[in-house]
Amino acid sequence: MGVGSLILLILCGVAFCGLGIGISKLIAPSSKNSQKLEAYECGIPTEGGTWVQYNVGYYLFALIFLVFDVEIVFLFPWAVVLREVGMVAFVEVLIFVFILFLGLLYAWKKGALKWQ
Amino acid sequence: MLSYIIYKAILVVIVFSITLVAAMYSTYAERKIAGFLQDRLGPNRAGPFGILQPVADGVKMFMKEEMIPNVSNKFLFILGPSVAMFTSLMTGAVIPWGTSLTIAGHQYSLQVADVNIGILYLLGVTSVGVYGIMIGGWASNNKFALLGALRASSQMISYEVALGLSIIALIMTTGTLSIGEIAAQQHGWHWNILYQPLGFLIFIICAFAETNRAPFDLPECESELIGGYHTEYSSMKLGFYLFAEYTNMFISSAVIATLYFGGYNMPLLGRFVHDPNALVLLGTFFLFCKICFFIFLFMWVRWTLPRFRYDQLMNLGWKGLIPLAILNIAITGIVMWITGKIN
Repeated sequence: MGVGSLILLILCGVAFCGLGIGISKLIAPSSKNSQKLEAYECGIPTEGGTWVQYNVGYYLFALIFLVFDVEIVFLFPWAVVLREVGMVAFVEVLIFVFILFLGLLYAWKKGALKWQ
Repeated sequence: MLSYIIYKAILVVIVFSITLVAAMYSTYAERKIAGFLQDRLGPNRAGPFGILQPVADGVKMFMKEEMIPNVSNKFLFILGPSVAMFTSLMTGAVIPWGTSLTIAGHQYSLQVADVNIGILYLLGVTSVGVYGIMIGGWASNNKFALLGALRASSQMISYEVALGLSIIALIMTTGTLSIGEIAAQQHGWHWNILYQPLGFLIFIICAFAETNRAPFDLPECESELIGGYHTEYSSMKLGFYLFAEYTNMFISSAVIATLYFGGYNMPLLGRFVHDPNALVLLGTFFLFCKICFFIFLFMWVRWTLPRFRYDQLMNLGWKGLIPLAILNIAITGIVMWITGKIN
C-alpha cells in the first residue's frame, strides 16, 4: 500500500512546485529590456564562450565514483543477509572490497586524486 | 477501505505541510541562531520576535520579478529548481514519524510509505537531487553557475560513496533496509549510535556535504563564484533552491535521528506514560526534539567552522572518509563475528 501514498506525495510535490512558479509568474511585476536579460558576469558584457574549459579532475573523480557506486550496489543485498550467509561471505566481500581498494590506491599513487 | 484512503491522504498532507513549515522555520532559526552566535539580535521586526519573518520572506519571493536570461535554456532553467525542490520534499515519505496510533480498534501507522527498501529509496531520491543543481547551473549559461554546478555535483557524488559505505555498515548490524524496522529495533537504549559510532561520524560529515552546508558550501561560495549554481536565479526559482536546502537539512536531521539516535524511541518513557496513544505522540514529540537538535548542530557548525578549500574537500572525501568507511565495514563484521552474531 506504500505505493499509493507515494503517488499522492508525488502529486503534492508537483502541485507545490507548479503552483509556486505559476503564482509567482502571475503576481510578480515584469519589465523587460535586453540589457537586463544578459548573463551576469560582474556587470560587464560576457567575455568569450560560456562553456569554459574546466579541470579534468572532475572527470577523473566521476570515473572513480562509478566504480565505487557499483560496489555499493553489490554490497547492499549482502549486508541485509549477512547473518544468514555467515563468515565465508564476509571474507569474500572483504577480498572484493580489498581489490577495489587497491584500485583506489592505484589512482591515489598515480595522482588522480590530487587536485590541481 | 475508504477510511484507509482518507487516513493516508490526511497523513500525506500533514507530513507534506510539516516538512514545509519546518523548512520555513529553519530559515528563521538559522538567522536567529546566527544572530545569537554573533551577539546580535537577528530578525525581530515582523511579528513578535520576528516570528513572521519566513512568511514575509515567502511573500517577497513571490513578488520579485522573474528573470530568465536570454542565453539560457528556458525549459531546463525552470526544471532545475523544481527538481531540487521536488526531490527534497519526496524524501519525507519513508521516515517513520512514530509508531501506530490506535483509534477505534484500527491501527494507523505514522509512516507515509513503509517500503521495505526505504534506505535505497532515500539514497536514490537524494541522488536525483544532484540533477536539480546540475541542470540549473548548466542551463543558466553562465560561467559562475557552470563552475558552481560542477563543484556541487563533484562534491555530492564524492561524499555519496562514503555515505553509502557508512550505511552498509549500519545495514550489517540491523539486517534490514526498511527504515520503519530500523527505528523499531532501537527501542530502549539500543540506539544504533552505540553500535556504529564511527559510521555515525562518517554519516554526519557526508550529510553536511550532501546538503551543501558549511563547511562544505563550496558550490555557492560567494567569495569565488558570486552565487554558484544559482547566480542567475531570481524570484520563486531562487526561493526553491534555498528552500530545498533547508528541506534537505530537515530531512537529513530526521534521517540521522532515525537511523542512529533511536527515532521515536525514548528510554524510560514507558514507565511514566501508560496510554498507548499518548506514548506514540510523545515518541513523535521526542523525535522532533532530536531533529531540532540536529538542525541546531547544522547551524552551529555553519557559524563556527570556516569553509574548506576544494582540494582539502576532495582529500577528506576520497583519502579520509572512504578508507575509513571501508575500515568501519571490516571492524563491524569482525565485532559481529566475535560477539557471535554471524557464524
